[in-house]
Amino acid sequence: MADLKRTVLYDLHLELGAKMVPFAGYQMPVQYPMGVLKEHLHTRAQAGLFDVSHMGQILLTAKSGRVEDAALALERLVPVDVAGLAEGRQRYAFFTNDAGGILDDLMVANRGDHLFLVVNAACKEADFAHLTAGLPDCDLGMVTDRALLALQGPAAEAALARLVPDVVDMRFMDVAIRQWDTAELWISRSGYTGEDGFEISVPNAFAEAFARKLLAMEEVAPIGLGARDSLRLEAGMCLYGHDIDEGTTPVEGNLTWAIQKARRAGGARAGGFPGAARILKDLADGPARRRVGLRPEGRAPMREGTEIFAGPEGGAPIGAVTSGGFGPSIEAPMAMAYLPADLAEGATVYGEVRGKRLPATIAPMPFQPTTYKR
Amino acid sequence: MKYTEDHEWLKTEGDVVVVGITAHASEQLGDVVFVELPEPGKAVSTGDEICVIESVKAASDIRAPLDGEIVAVNDAIVDNPGLVNEDPTGTAWFFKMKVADMSKLDGLMDEAAYNDLIG
Repeated sequence: MADLKRTVLYDLHLELGAKMVPFAGYQMPVQYPMGVLKEHLHTRAQAGLFDVSHMGQILLTAKSGRVEDAALALERLVPVDVAGLAEGRQRYAFFTNDAGGILDDLMVANRGDHLFLVVNAACKEADFAHLTAGLPDCDLGMVTDRALLALQGPAAEAALARLVPDVVDMRFMDVAIRQWDTAELWISRSGYTGEDGFEISVPNAFAEAFARKLLAMEEVAPIGLGARDSLRLEAGMCLYGHDIDEGTTPVEGNLTWAIQKARRAGGARAGGFPGAARILKDLADGPARRRVGLRPEGRAPMREGTEIFAGPEGGAPIGAVTSGGFGPSIEAPMAMAYLPADLAEGATVYGEVRGKRLPATIAPMPFQPTTYKR
Repeated sequence: MKYTEDHEWLKTEGDVVVVGITAHASEQLGDVVFVELPEPGKAVSTGDEICVIESVKAASDIRAPLDGEIVAVNDAIVDNPGLVNEDPTGTAWFFKMKVADMSKLDGLMDEAAYNDLIG
């Protein structure tokens, strides 16, 4: 793992007994001694602290200095209403390619005079190049001197409020800049677990001390990538490169909720993003296939790659699982798959596991109810 | 107790052999969430994949350690897969088998050899 990068919290992970694995070019903690299952349940019951410093943090400022111009510029690359995003608010977005596929998914925040983006670790260099090429009217900065932590779960607010009292005033998808010690924290009330919680960008020099303060609290435990994956899957959230990628459009990916009216046909700023023809057509006509939730019967998980069939015998596959595993909170297997769009919720399909066709029901997502503070 | 390179343990109980997975194996697997066991009465050959274990991380197989016949399976670990992590060498046994040639047990590892294997 010599050529892998380390986050600023690497030594702390080792001290906490983490099992480290390669992920997106970094050595990251996949689990701590508590184990994936208990880490998952701890996050849903109390609060979990995640190191997500491998993710990309990007500052985007219009050369004009006006955030409105930065927002309109970014709209050239995403089918999302960025101009309508109020100061101090964040929303989900995705970069699309000319075929309407998804290059990456991201969070965009309006911070008054500029935008702040958080992108996936594996895509951050490509995203930065894509932004640089596509937005000559903007200045871009990759933030390299900050760690990113996520504090998630029902006790996250109380825990963080001991260090930064007024975070209690933030609601879901608010962003704010707050002081802790002499450090400037960039806080958003969001996450990747379906729980209430925060993502906190901390200067590298303060990151370990800040993490230790949180971990010293009784309700806070360190959580690895293993539980992060089962938590997000229970919450019905996509993992880029698995559930969405360059070959899936946002409409196929069941992400139409993230394409606001302003960017759709008849909207104030309809189209004008890469792949608009395909994406607007998918919106108008409906896609041929769509990402759906699956609840396999019994306890056997249907993992990524499991082929899905219409019937218990014969026939060609009608789709495949893109993410699948066991949900510790729902105490049952769960999966996402791309299936023909004419199959309705409640329909039974069959996943082939170890040569046997096992029934699964097309089910609504999230599998586990979310608990955001709206 | 005898051990295989697939991290199974075997314990002789009268004329049957009880088979489970080692504590080392259960730690490596992580939290077990699903177990599938063979039908009692099934004739098995050494190396046959006869059980499935799914943990939060991945699926793995358990192979028949010797030729013989399955005579009993432990439904308790099907109902409560977490038992495999809690008590892998005790209550979380997987199956009992009648072994065709009991002398083959002598060819398996003893505890010292197994401990050397897992370092």
